[in-house]
Amino acid sequence: MNNSIGNEMYTLHINGQDRPVKDAWVGESLLYVLRERLELPGAKGACEQGECGSCTVIMDGDAVCSCLVMAATAVGADIVTVEGLIENDPSMAVTAQTITSQITDVQQAFIEEGGVQCGFCTPGLIVAVHHLLEKNPEPTELQVKESISGNICRCTGYGRIFAAVEAVVQVRKASR
Amino acid sequence: MTVAVPLSLAEAFDELSRTPDARLIQGGTDLMVEINFNHVKPANVIALRRIKELRTWHVNSNNTITIGSGVPYQEMETGQLKELLPALAEAARTVGSPQIRAAGTLGGNLGTCSPAGDGLPVLFALDAIVHLQSLESSRDLSIHDFMLGVKRNARTANEIITGVTVPVLDGWQGYAKVGVRNAMVISVASACLAVDKKSNSVRIALGAVGPTIIRCRDAESWLVQQFDLSIATSIDPAIALEFGRRVALESKPIDDHRSTADYRRHAVGVLAKRLITRAYPS
Repeated sequence: MNNSIGNEMYTLHINGQDRPVKDAWVGESLLYVLRERLELPGAKGACEQGECGSCTVIMDGDAVCSCLVMAATAVGADIVTVEGLIENDPSMAVTAQTITSQITDVQQAFIEEGGVQCGFCTPGLIVAVHHLLEKNPEPTELQVKESISGNICRCTGYGRIFAAVEAVVQVRKASR
Repeated sequence: MTVAVPLSLAEAFDELSRTPDARLIQGGTDLMVEINFNHVKPANVIALRRIKELRTWHVNSNNTITIGSGVPYQEMETGQLKELLPALAEAARTVGSPQIRAAGTLGGNLGTCSPAGDGLPVLFALDAIVHLQSLESSRDLSIHDFMLGVKRNARTANEIITGVTVPVLDGWQGYAKVGVRNAMVISVASACLAVDKKSNSVRIALGAVGPTIIRCRDAESWLVQQFDLSIATSIDPAIALEFGRRVALESKPIDDHRSTADYRRHAVGVLAKRLITRAYPS
């Protein structure tokens, strides 16, 4: 069996959709493919070396830096970007344009608690926090800190972000 | 450029014989940085991340553990691997961030062979055996013979690193490193210490202070003459200090963009003293 991918098309499974990637150089990072080829600019590109976490996506259940994933090697993986964190109409391809009205509880808490300043790190943090709370609905302060240790924010000093995580934990706890 | 995503080792060797010049990629945390910064443009890439055989580990009957080259660091941080190999768990926990630990693997650390690779001092302290396989044959190499220099190893182009085997030791073991901050940092200097009560020996291996990981054989043999490691519960602070001094003497650090040789030499001495004091609280 030959699974080699040259410069022809390959298909990624993103936010519940099969998304063909056409006429692309196969060495491109998943981050580049999401942003420049699939109209999913939620993941942000900053360091491109896995240090800042602003490009965080969920791949096969793990939070990873999309800048360090060679997109063509992610064939067959289940990828969720910040755009796909909310439930969407499965008949529509999820792009930045199709989701402007709905946000998740984590996003809402970031807004209410002042966890967003310049906003550049926010999508990565939102993905990391969703991932954390899915695995661990009531994390300790240390667990929260460790889980977002790969997401660098230079504005907030993190205090408002921890407050936002705590707010989500409380709201979810009350509604269980 | 082609990218192959084999689902088994057999398929991977098939790809490797088709494209002998291919770069192998595990979690991508090294190679993708080089590609993103245009430092390399590989002609062909074979991704090993979907090969299930490489993503498993098991305990062998002779009290050793074999860890597949594709097991991500996050799996070593918890559970049975943490219980049996606490130094590896500590080292794994210092690798990058949760995102990096979900992707990064021991196989990648071995393939890249950077002296700053956090998994490597543990493998040197435990005298790990590296398993290499090619289409025609397989061989086992001591980690000491595998790592040849800065980013140089004994793997030949037709081989795939399939895993490592390390012993389960009876005795304290741990890993410590110095970096510019607590999280998300590449080692300025690192050390792994492992006590083996059964053979009344101690092993200490240093990272990022030489072209390869350095085992401090002189300091190790000096220490076992000072007290009985298998029965002692505490260490004389003066012995711990002298152990640190002797360990520092065996390091071979350089000045580079991350730190200076002087600081690194000092740092490994402090790390050695700290680790042996954790093993035998004064």
